[in-house]
Amino acid sequence: MIRVAEAPRKLAWRIGEVVETSPDTPRTKSLFLEVPGWEGHRAGQHVDVRLTAEDGYQAQRSYSIASAPEDDRVELLVERLDDGEVSPYLTDELRPGDGLELRGPIGGWFAWDANEGGPLVLVAGGSGVAPLMAMIRHRKAAGNGTPVRLLFSSRSYEDIIFRKELERLAAGDQTLRITHTLTRSRPEGWTGYDRRIDEQMLGEVAFSPGERPLVFVCGPTPLVEAVATALVGLGHEPTRVKTERFGPTGG
Amino acid sequence: MNVWDTHLDPDFGGVPEWMYSRRSTTTGGIGMGRGFISRGFRGRRRRAEGDERVPPGQYLVDGFPVLSAGPTPHTPLAEWSFAIEGEVDEPRTWSWEEFRALPSEKFTRDIHCVTKWSKLGTTWEGVPVDLLLEGVDTTAEYVVAFSDGGYTTNLPLEEVTGSKAWIAHTYEGEPLTPEHGGPARLLVPHLYLWKSAKWVRGLRLITEDEPGFWESLGYHNQGDPWREQRYWGD
Amino acid sequence: MDEQRLDGNAAGGILGEVFAFEITTARVTCVNCGATGEVGAQMAYVSEIGTVVSCAACDNALIRIVRQDDGPQRYWLDLKGVEYLQLRERL
Repeated sequence: MIRVAEAPRKLAWRIGEVVETSPDTPRTKSLFLEVPGWEGHRAGQHVDVRLTAEDGYQAQRSYSIASAPEDDRVELLVERLDDGEVSPYLTDELRPGDGLELRGPIGGWFAWDANEGGPLVLVAGGSGVAPLMAMIRHRKAAGNGTPVRLLFSSRSYEDIIFRKELERLAAGDQTLRITHTLTRSRPEGWTGYDRRIDEQMLGEVAFSPGERPLVFVCGPTPLVEAVATALVGLGHEPTRVKTERFGPTGG
Repeated sequence: MNVWDTHLDPDFGGVPEWMYSRRSTTTGGIGMGRGFISRGFRGRRRRAEGDERVPPGQYLVDGFPVLSAGPTPHTPLAEWSFAIEGEVDEPRTWSWEEFRALPSEKFTRDIHCVTKWSKLGTTWEGVPVDLLLEGVDTTAEYVVAFSDGGYTTNLPLEEVTGSKAWIAHTYEGEPLTPEHGGPARLLVPHLYLWKSAKWVRGLRLITEDEPGFWESLGYHNQGDPWREQRYWGD
Repeated sequence: MDEQRLDGNAAGGILGEVFAFEITTARVTCVNCGATGEVGAQMAYVSEIGTVVSCAACDNALIRIVRQDDGPQRYWLDLKGVEYLQLRERL
């Protein structure tokens, strides 16, 4: 993708068209959007999505863009929260042909371009993998060999989002290492990690502080805070650790 | 800019002439004519057409939304105190034990947030502000409620007296949780809920009104939900 | 653990409505404690009543913003907590 100077402009709401929806795990679905006039994004950025009911009531949530900047379509990864207001609509009701009001891309701070180098440590909790997947996909599309280690916490094997694609990407690439931890249940014969991410696990999995990795952490707030604290405890420079807390699960 | 300067801003008291006025909160559509409706989306919140307990423009909600402007304070009860201060002959303070030893009353009220959700029949327990002000000698006509973390909100003294306000410590029979303003919050249910300062630590009586945290940033100085006083100029 | 406390990046949406330049990477200096960093690295409290970006070092409110959409659309922006903002065009 040719990078051009971005003319300064305010964010504005616009309507994207849902062109495909694709379930992934039992609780998640990808939405693929075509957004007229989309100027592109950086891996890690998000969009704000807004739903409007006929009586005028509106609800708004943020979703990370899971697609690489090189893709034509904007992919959002939605986890369906049973008591959510927005996510059940996005996963159960929205279908190809529907419009989805959104604005973005937002949040150039939590973003990575392949030419920034690394090495990269990516730490994901559940659907927090979305912006990190954009980084991994971007790295692949750009033919970039920056060493990456992804530490990915999921509830169970079936709940690993993007599992097959991650397996494929890692299989062909020595410089991409993926480590899973399954916190609630494990398949028979599982020999991997089986607990919440902690300092010891990070010490074993991540690049050492001496290697000065860029670290991106995304997921539920308790995971992000525990990981950020642990990373600083291990000696990682706070300015090289970027976090994206999900906040209250009101999705 | 001093917060008092908001009085000098013509917008504070009314909408300037160059700005057209278009109230649309009480009709079906809201906002600036965006027009896009999400097919098949029904919000969790319900319109309450014709329900006399629901002020104009509000939706009923099942949960109790949490809105924050800063970190949630966690003042240990041993360090907590509540003060009546300012334009009073004798400032007063209560420790937590002293405060909880005061007579509390249980009460049920509807509450209304400026962000358009309303919750009917919420049950609380707290100390009436009238009791805390009993015998206070003052010429002040206004109060500023101040909280841990620096939040403030201003009200006319008459809006927190005459059985209209409490310092509430119990919600739905349980100690008020920190996310909802515990250990104690001001509760002034007849006004929009931003006036019910969470984590309240005292009331300062003042002779000249002082716009608080949100009042100095666009929110209406009075905040009466029945007159839909949400923003400056409403 | 405060679930309402988000990263400054989360304020990028509402702030992006008034700032034409990328705001999350803007450098900001806190009037209260002098700490300097990117807006994205601060803390954000984002809700329908308004958004507050506060200093990650001292909790002081750096930026406050309120938006009214009913009737005339208006914004109120308070930058009293900020010594300056350095906004850059991204290449």
